[in-house]
Amino acid sequence: MALFRVALLAAAALAAVAQPAAAQVQDDLLLAKRPQKLLSAYGLFSDGASQAPAVGVVPYDLQVPLFTDYAEKYRFVYVPEGQLATYDDTEVFDFPVGSVLVKTFAYPADLRQPEEDVKLIETRLLIHQETGWNAWAYVWNEDQTDATLKVAGKVLPLDFINLAGEPQSINYVVPNKNQCKGCHSFDKAVTPIGPKARNLNKDYVFSSGTENQLIHWSSIGLLQGVPAHDQIPSVPAMNDAAADLNARARAYLDINCAHCHRAEGPGSTSGLFLTYGEQSAVTWGYEKRPVAAGRGSGGFTYDIAPGNANESILLYRMISTDPGIMMPEVGRTLAHEEGIKLIRDWINSLE
Amino acid sequence: MNITSSLITSLAVSSVLSLSVFAQETVTVSAEGSFQENLQEALILAEPGSTLMLPAGRFDLQSALSLDVPNITIKGAGMEETVLSFAGQVSGSEGLLVTSDGVWLEGFAVEDTPGDGIKAKGVDQISFKDIRVEWANGPDAKNGAYGLYPVESKNVLIDGALVKGASDAGIYVGQSQHIIVRNSRAEYNVAGIEIENSFYADVYDNVATHNTGGILVFDLPNLPQMGGHSVRVFNNKSVNNDTANFAPEGNIVATVPKGTGLLVMANSNIEVFGNEFAENASANVLLAAYPREYNDENYNPLPRGIYVHGNTYGRAGWEPDKAVAELIAPATGLPVPDIVWDGAVDGVWSAFFGPDEQDRIIIDEAEGTTFANLQFVKDLVLPWGADPKTDIADHAGERPRLSAVQLPQLESD
Repeated sequence: MALFRVALLAAAALAAVAQPAAAQVQDDLLLAKRPQKLLSAYGLFSDGASQAPAVGVVPYDLQVPLFTDYAEKYRFVYVPEGQLATYDDTEVFDFPVGSVLVKTFAYPADLRQPEEDVKLIETRLLIHQETGWNAWAYVWNEDQTDATLKVAGKVLPLDFINLAGEPQSINYVVPNKNQCKGCHSFDKAVTPIGPKARNLNKDYVFSSGTENQLIHWSSIGLLQGVPAHDQIPSVPAMNDAAADLNARARAYLDINCAHCHRAEGPGSTSGLFLTYGEQSAVTWGYEKRPVAAGRGSGGFTYDIAPGNANESILLYRMISTDPGIMMPEVGRTLAHEEGIKLIRDWINSLE
Repeated sequence: MNITSSLITSLAVSSVLSLSVFAQETVTVSAEGSFQENLQEALILAEPGSTLMLPAGRFDLQSALSLDVPNITIKGAGMEETVLSFAGQVSGSEGLLVTSDGVWLEGFAVEDTPGDGIKAKGVDQISFKDIRVEWANGPDAKNGAYGLYPVESKNVLIDGALVKGASDAGIYVGQSQHIIVRNSRAEYNVAGIEIENSFYADVYDNVATHNTGGILVFDLPNLPQMGGHSVRVFNNKSVNNDTANFAPEGNIVATVPKGTGLLVMANSNIEVFGNEFAENASANVLLAAYPREYNDENYNPLPRGIYVHGNTYGRAGWEPDKAVAELIAPATGLPVPDIVWDGAVDGVWSAFFGPDEQDRIIIDEAEGTTFANLQFVKDLVLPWGADPKTDIADHAGERPRLSAVQLPQLESD
């Protein structure tokens, strides 16, 4: 009896302090034209501080992630009850109206210990509303109890210990609404990037056990039309040394570049298309000359000079952190050393 | 009867009035606090149809600005009065990016962007009126590539602009359709005004001076929109283009010779008339094929159907640079003639008997205008080579005039 009472009190305290809003997803608020001021209002987390999702909000991971200044990312998908997303072999799945993709960006104090002393920075929501997808960014407060909407973006100074064990300071850029669309754009409409079959086709440790993500999504009634497992396209992980170098490099360029660099993306004008399935060599950069690179050319002739990474514009722009040169244009202020090594090795291996 | 009609009239007037009041909401962007945040927030939250007024003053921006709301006017106090300085920019690859339709930009300046000045991508109706883009330190390879940079757009107006110091092109319109560039001034850029891979452009009443090349009309391979055509270049002054080429290597404009008045590369149906070309040390007018190797079966590298008439030519070709020095001057001697065509044609038949009528280069200029056809193909084919042909009468003729470009945003003029 006494125990029960303590538990009740604790639950009441939790509800009063850590849970200012409901821990049940608020479908009506997701569909409202105006975004909520506080992230908690949507009820996407049962505990935001620990990133514990509410019922029906499913965590996921990508085989090859977009590089964002070494931020840790926690991703979740929500599809309204009784509805289904539809599988696609090459493009982003077709999510029903009311769906949300949630991505929280966080930094551990020391990148070498990614699970410890983690500070939540921002949570981005991509909400599929009646009028299309809408992107909003919420910045976490100091106490990590809730996050507040930022429409015009924000620059946040951050310190952490990097993978080499050195102190690192960055100006983390929370994107404004237009910058979200700078990447999340397909034929000028806002669109998700990550949840494609090839990128989700991997195991994940769910609370119920380890399972392939797509099979799990299918079995819990979130996704329809998933083919047999051996029919689902896949890409190798970036650091899978046993996997084909070409496939690893193209998968890296696919997730880091091809949201813009494709015929339907913001980088279409360049004619450089880096989707995983692009077959035309000159189109994915092989001895392709720059068009509007300006000083981004670095004085080099080709986007990819086979066998000569040091004279390839593509690598030059990955290495740079100068806003007039660097690629991608937004989303990073640091160079991605591991990505640079992969692309360098790949270009040097090309004949 | 009279009462009824006046009632109807007043009803109609009042509904028009209320509509226009709604459509013309004006927001003045505050200079108090962070101008960066005030302006970017205004650009995001603006209601379609509204006008954003920028105050006079000099404002330091750290990040790229972007507009994605349709039918917005952004108006400053004038190109010298309202200055957005991006010298301290840390993120974003241009000063201002426009991705929405029906945008009118007027009366402000963008300075010292690490990348491009103002870019408009994939929009229908974009207007730049009395806008200045400048890199204050003058010609420098570290300057951004383009000043005004509409691309993959249609219904593009650039009127009364001033662009200085771009390391590629001051005014650049790429992969677009229905374009007017007029009353503008381009100085100290590598290319003053460049129309690239575009259809239906009128370039007139501009001054291009102290650039490497004054006016360029290019078509390049391996791009989503190719086959540039229907461009009129008229009543411009392209004079004293005397700035050494400072474009980073690898870019096509890095090949432009210092002192080029007009360079037409590839493209079809180009009309050049009423311009003044003078004091261009390489050449006043060059008509050339795309000079590099390429891998694109859908691309045509030749200039075709070019009609040059009624221009005036001052001094040129006395101190040629780059390809003009290496390939043209040795064949023509000095000074290089006013108009030079490389003579690249689509095969041996055309090399000997001339291209088809619709592809011919037609020149109708005043007595004394000098000309050379370098006969590059014939020169390659014949074991004994071929000398330039300098008889301008070979190109006599007339072509149907191209029609003027009409833009919807100018219809109320």
